[in-house]
Amino acid sequence: MRFEGTKDYVATEDLKVAVNAAITLERPLLIKGEPGTGKTMLALEVAKALGAPLIEWHIKSTTKAVQGLYEYDAVMRLRDSQLGDARAADIGNYIKRGKLWEAFEATERPVLLIDEIDKADIEFPNDLLQELDRMEFYVYELNRTVKAARRPIVMITSNNEKELPDAFLRRCFFHYIRFPDDDTMRAIVESHFPGVKTRLVNEALKIFYDMRKVPGLKKKPSTSELLDWLKLLLTDDVDPETLKQRDPAKLIPPMHGALLKNEADVMLFERLAFLARRENRGGG
Amino acid sequence: MFQRFFTELRAARVPVSLKEYLVLVEALEKDAIPPNVEDFYYLARATLIKDERYLDKFDRVFGHVFKGLENTVDAVNAEIPAEWLKALSEKFLTDEEKAQIEALGGWEKLMETLAERLKEQKERHEGGNKWIGTGGTSPYGNGGYNPEGVRIGGQGKGQGRAVKVWDKREYKNLDDQVELGVRNIKVALRRLRKFARTGAPDELDLDGTIAKSAREGYLDIVLRPERRNAVKVLLFFDIGGSMDSHVQLCQELFSAARAEFKHMEFFYFHNCLYESVWKDNRRRHDEKTATWDVLHRFPHDYRVVFVGDATMSPYEITYPGGSVEHWNEEPGALWLQRVAQIYERCVWLNPTPRQHWDHTPSIQLVREIIGDKRMFPLTIEGLDGAMRELSR
Ligand SMILES: Nc1ncnc2c1ncn2[C@@H]1O[C@H](COP(=O)(O)OP(=O)(O)OP(=O)(O)O)[C@@H](O)[C@H]1O
Ligand SMILES: [Mg+2]
Repeated sequence: MRFEGTKDYVATEDLKVAVNAAITLERPLLIKGEPGTGKTMLALEVAKALGAPLIEWHIKSTTKAVQGLYEYDAVMRLRDSQLGDARAADIGNYIKRGKLWEAFEATERPVLLIDEIDKADIEFPNDLLQELDRMEFYVYELNRTVKAARRPIVMITSNNEKELPDAFLRRCFFHYIRFPDDDTMRAIVESHFPGVKTRLVNEALKIFYDMRKVPGLKKKPSTSELLDWLKLLLTDDVDPETLKQRDPAKLIPPMHGALLKNEADVMLFERLAFLARRENRGGG
Repeated sequence: MFQRFFTELRAARVPVSLKEYLVLVEALEKDAIPPNVEDFYYLARATLIKDERYLDKFDRVFGHVFKGLENTVDAVNAEIPAEWLKALSEKFLTDEEKAQIEALGGWEKLMETLAERLKEQKERHEGGNKWIGTGGTSPYGNGGYNPEGVRIGGQGKGQGRAVKVWDKREYKNLDDQVELGVRNIKVALRRLRKFARTGAPDELDLDGTIAKSAREGYLDIVLRPERRNAVKVLLFFDIGGSMDSHVQLCQELFSAARAEFKHMEFFYFHNCLYESVWKDNRRRHDEKTATWDVLHRFPHDYRVVFVGDATMSPYEITYPGGSVEHWNEEPGALWLQRVAQIYERCVWLNPTPRQHWDHTPSIQLVREIIGDKRMFPLTIEGLDGAMRELSR
């Protein structure tokens, strides 16, 4: 079981080493990196490459750790029993399995994605330590232990909204996805648009990396925005020459809305372009 | 070799534990990687480092241990040819920064300062620790000049050869934290955590209520404290200038605070708050944020914490154009007033010992503006007081 990247996903050397170490040593892998650098997609692709089932647990600010194990719907049971429903006799009818339970009892070794763990309460990771360590937990209501036959491949992503506790970190491998450099980005583009014209990519990437340098942007465009933008350029069959133009009157690249998702950023960018234009006119 | 690597990481204050070291050994035993140094580097990194802020330190230690780079205080201290420094400066310093260096007395003077700094560090790091921590010299950079930065790329040796991955120092910009090593900072962290938990309402414990009701035979409502931390904090750090001797303390507080809050945002300023602030001190000249934007973006229920010595010429606070660095249209006092008006809960932590406050006019001025009782010394006690003030 080795992960070597897929045709849809470009994995750098260091990422592959981290993923494979996590698989071999059966420990969770924590992935961080700027938004849109492929953290979530990685888990999907690892599952695909290994032919393993994927179990996704998307964390929200209200998610509690126990929900990953199971939830006992006591209210429903109380109601049923008052209505004389026979189902109420079996407590098992009111136990809802969580994602961890699902992963532990999967027939094949699955990939378990815990996406955006930093969204939850700061205690959340601590509350999962035992379960992730031993890959088992006890269900009081049923009086039995749920135990993983084979430790699932656990991939956890974080957007750095909160720091994670040390005890949790010590149990994980860690990889920080660096923002792709020019070469890696070209490979990513190629994986999405096989055979795309090099000239178009050259010009588009130049604009893209320049745009990332604009100070004060609330959200710098990232890989996913670049791909969206390229798609529009390709659909409209935009000529690379148009992108090359540094004519101050046309400083704003075509369809820049795909790169800047934030209204304030679009305004900032347009203002900068306007100023540059004015300067140019004044100077020329 | 590994053991030395491990101890040197610890000496560089990268928080690695024995547990992680054992995992690395286990991984090697299980042949998790093919036997070459680059894969070993990646594996060791994924195993030992858990936070991108330490990646750069890791790279430096790795390069040092596995390449035998003479990356010690002694070697650096010995002699750095001025020509070499200059050549590097062309690469890494902006024109503005170069001008600043000239203003400081040029390269000769700078060399002296560098030597002095390193000597200071050496004294502080006694006990066999040869690594230059990010300790004394600010990893945030200091007016653009940072001795760490000068040593990028490995001491002239590497020229003409392919640069090893760990020598590329790609994570340099992420190292915004020093480890919480000092004992009292741990205490501070605990206090801050307590503060972060305040203000969270109780929630109904449904399961508890049902279990208890079932046992008691009547409806018995059980409440438990909501664990989600509710406090939102906006931090402003004074960086550069007269704060330099306090920068480390400041950073440690920063590290301590970051882990604990629902929302936490920080900005840097220099001496006094003016019309713009910034987030990355290395790029302070081209990546500024308008202070108005900050005041608009963060609602008034944010708690504001300033960390600064408030020690400067009074003109820097009271006059337009008083800033030492740029032309400010509006006086700093006005900006401080705006903050104090918008944010009901606002404190100022000052590393200057309490007994000097009364003799320093600028401190007096700041206290008048933000409120006399809102400035606290940067000590555990002061921190406690400040947090109590914020959670009133
Ligand atoms: N290495 C890569 N190879 C191929 N495509 C990539 C790569 N990295 C990112 N992408 C593209 O970028 C898109 C966004 O990736 P993804 O949603 O996984 O990012 P993320 O890091 O999880 O972002 P967020 O932090 O916003 O959740 C993917 O759908 C994919 O199209
Ligand atoms: Mg994602």
